[in-house]
Amino acid sequence: MDEESLLLSLELASGSGQGLSPDRRASLLTSLMLVKRDYRFDRVLFWGRILGLVADYYIAQGLSEDQLAPRKTLYSLNCMEWSLLPPATEEMEMQTSMVKGHFMGDPSHEYEHTELQKVNEGEKVFEEEVVVQIKEETRLVSIIDQIDKAVAVIPRGALFKTPFGPIRVNRTFEGLSLSEAKKLSSYFHFREPVELKNKTLLEKADLDPSLDFMDSLEHDIPKESTCHSPEDPQRAPRPCAMPSEAPGSDKLRMGPGCEVKSHIF
Amino acid sequence: MGDLPPDPEPPPQPTSSSRNSEVSERRRSGEQSRPQPTVPEEVQQIPLDAQILRGSRETLSNQINRGWSQGASLTSNENFILQAEEAQRGGIEYPSLNTGFPSEVQPQTYPSEGRLQASHNASLMLQQLQQGEGNLFQQLESAYQEPRADLLGQYTRYEREDVQFSQDTQHGPSLRDDAALPSSPSELGFMPFTTELPEPEPRELAVQSAKAYLLQTSVSCDLSLYEHLVNLLTKILNQRPENPLFLLESLNRTTQREWFHPKLDTLRDDPEMQTAYEMAERQKALFGRSGGGGGEGEQEMEEEAAETAVPNIMEKAFYLEQAGVGLSSDESFRIFMALKQLVEQQPIHTCRFWGKILGLRRSYLVAEVEFREGEEELEEEELEEMMEGGEVMQEPGEEEGEEGEEGEEVADVIPKPTWKPPPVVPKEESRKGANKYVYFVCNEPGRPWVRLPHVVPSQIVQARKIRKFFTGFLDAPVVSYPPFPGNEANYLRAQIARISASTHISPLGFYLFGEEEGDDDEEGGAGRDSYEENPDFEGIPVLELVASMANWVHHTQHILPQGRCTWVNPLQKTEEEEELGEEEEKAEEGREEVEQEVGPPLLTPLSEDAEIMHMSPWTARLSCSLSPQYAVAVVRSNLWPGAYAYASGKKFENIYIGWGHKYSPENFNPSLPAPVQQEYPSGPELMEMSDPTVEEELALKAAQEQALEATEEEEEDEEEDEEEDQDD
Repeated sequence: MDEESLLLSLELASGSGQGLSPDRRASLLTSLMLVKRDYRFDRVLFWGRILGLVADYYIAQGLSEDQLAPRKTLYSLNCMEWSLLPPATEEMEMQTSMVKGHFMGDPSHEYEHTELQKVNEGEKVFEEEVVVQIKEETRLVSIIDQIDKAVAVIPRGALFKTPFGPIRVNRTFEGLSLSEAKKLSSYFHFREPVELKNKTLLEKADLDPSLDFMDSLEHDIPKESTCHSPEDPQRAPRPCAMPSEAPGSDKLRMGPGCEVKSHIF
Repeated sequence: MGDLPPDPEPPPQPTSSSRNSEVSERRRSGEQSRPQPTVPEEVQQIPLDAQILRGSRETLSNQINRGWSQGASLTSNENFILQAEEAQRGGIEYPSLNTGFPSEVQPQTYPSEGRLQASHNASLMLQQLQQGEGNLFQQLESAYQEPRADLLGQYTRYEREDVQFSQDTQHGPSLRDDAALPSSPSELGFMPFTTELPEPEPRELAVQSAKAYLLQTSVSCDLSLYEHLVNLLTKILNQRPENPLFLLESLNRTTQREWFHPKLDTLRDDPEMQTAYEMAERQKALFGRSGGGGGEGEQEMEEEAAETAVPNIMEKAFYLEQAGVGLSSDESFRIFMALKQLVEQQPIHTCRFWGKILGLRRSYLVAEVEFREGEEELEEEELEEMMEGGEVMQEPGEEEGEEGEEGEEVADVIPKPTWKPPPVVPKEESRKGANKYVYFVCNEPGRPWVRLPHVVPSQIVQARKIRKFFTGFLDAPVVSYPPFPGNEANYLRAQIARISASTHISPLGFYLFGEEEGDDDEEGGAGRDSYEENPDFEGIPVLELVASMANWVHHTQHILPQGRCTWVNPLQKTEEEEELGEEEEKAEEGREEVEQEVGPPLLTPLSEDAEIMHMSPWTARLSCSLSPQYAVAVVRSNLWPGAYAYASGKKFENIYIGWGHKYSPENFNPSLPAPVQQEYPSGPELMEMSDPTVEEELALKAAQEQALEATEEEEEDEEEDEEEDQDD
């Protein structure tokens, strides 16, 4: 959620039962402004919250001018002091796939995982049990990245691509009409397109290259992985990602193209 | 029409203006009667009978009088004009309401208005003359002498009427009735002195019944034929297309379609918000107070200020907001209103907002309700009837098993499978165990509340094995393996039962057991199942609540693996089974003894809860670490994500907002189907073996041949021996 429209977005996203207490909201508003100034971000988005046993993580992301460029992720335990997280790599993802269970809430906590690794010692090849330690911070980074890739959603028309390449916020975007908002094809994955190049020329002919440069939600498998529920017909219908993919993750279409997420684990 | 007596009495003249119009008609007829020589040619086109004419004259006079009394009806002259116009346009089919007039009389052949009038007037006058009513003619002449100044004025008025009526085609029945009349009003100007209104009623009745018939609406829609024709004709007259008769069909269809799909202007906003308006209407009803306003308002407020069953949702919403949980404040208020509505509709003793279960299409708002004593029996019976349909199916299974045992003794009968379905565990009584409360659900505040049926142990057992999202529709089927016995309403109820049993907690000391009555030995030591509020509860400091889980206790009974809260031995013979009796004893020997299941007793503290993966199943927090003196203690379940409880001072509350599933560190894997059962028991008369393979058969054959050769050799040897012996 953009920190400018934080309060409104929180109200609208409250249907799933997750919210912020007043003190957290107040501290978020203040601290996000400071983060924006200090890190010189173009936009700062409140990404959400990950629940842990001892403490909860509050995550924010900072964007530069180009909206699709890799974002910087920050976390905080008390919504006041924010720390930068390293960018995600594939190795991290492999490691975190071994770890299961709740988050602890302590960023320096280490998960231990025993693995059988083939160790070559000279001519012998044998398997040894190796204890691999994974830091919670790594797990956090990787999880955030996975969630973003899977369920970050943006309505069509909120961003547009300039001829030089960078992607900008569309200031003339007024939101989707009711009938458009009900269709899955008017929402895109907010990430680098994966399936776009696989489309046939016929399909591409209908697309507008300045607006349709990301994957649409229409062709996601499993079919029902994003479901529409018009919570309150006066508000926009909200596509919520099927919780099998990311439990408790809801997206909300907001006015001028900001996205709202709140996650629990 | 010849039955009407030719009364030469003048019909009553309702208004002087009508008289003037008569006069003017006379004037016109007088003027137009001059070009008579041209007229007779046309006159001969009308083969009229004298009788018909007379009758027509009289009826026309009736109609005219009636018309004049209405003040706005057409004279037949004008009718003719109109008819001619319509004939030209071809837009109207001629009505068949002419009472007895021959169709030849209809003026379809008349080319022009003026000539029409002239010809008709002339024809009538001629006919009059033919019939030798000279008196009338003289009257006509005398009337003709009247001052013309008035007539001119009247004439213009007449013209105006003419124009007016030519545009207004909607003048139904009288128009149609007058359609075929050949006589002119001018002639009727003379009539007043001759005829009376013989019988206006049947005519009127006929007209009214015709109109009523046309106005009746069809079964499928609200449109009547009358309205449709009105729309059609208005459309035609507004557009004035070139060849309306050809376009009639398509115009008809367009009009019909437009009735149902009004065309929208692309420049204006289209009404997309229909559903929003409907929802707002429904929710508006929530905000209305029951009963009348005004003077009764004060009384009602006093009544309502007294205790009602509706809980203080806003206060709880406030605390939950402090905890970082819960719905937005206007949604909470709407839920409050909806609960109030529920309390008014049902005989409710206590009511609580249980929570919200999210679904794929729609969500459920769940209210936990306890009925007043004795009130719920009626509704339960209805629900039981619905459920019995499912339970009856299980009983025939047992009977088939019995028959199978007897059938095996008879030869040539396919042996029956020996699998018997496991015995049904009876469901718990209402107000006990898992069925302690009754649950109502609705999709949105404003929609009607639906009661969920009581939960059956088998449903809980199956619900533990599957994991399905709720769609939001109570009658949706739950397709899963192992098959769930019921639809989404049953699954929802089962999940609610599980969540309630696991996550409803209260601070230690809030509830205490009632007076001990030595009920430790009841039913296998199930323990006490009732509790009371403690009037002396002082509240536990928030910091302590957060620090230790021993300060919280469960106040709902744990559900045993069997699916009930109190254990029941399913093998116990009920009365019915004992009658079937002794034959079954043989089969029972094969069954295993079932062990009694025991769960933790009521009011056990949370510290006794089993851990998940070495982690505590509960997480406790202070709502705000910056101001601990006013903070609220919040406890969150790690086992059922979405279950929260808060406590502050003497108040506490539980709520669940989530998808309705238990937490599992692994991804969910549905269970595999069971292995295929062996069909027949191997017994002495029936033994299943697999067919021998080809190699085995060849080997057997070879072995047999070898054996044969061996015996042959032996025989040969013996023969040789015998021969040798014989030789010797």
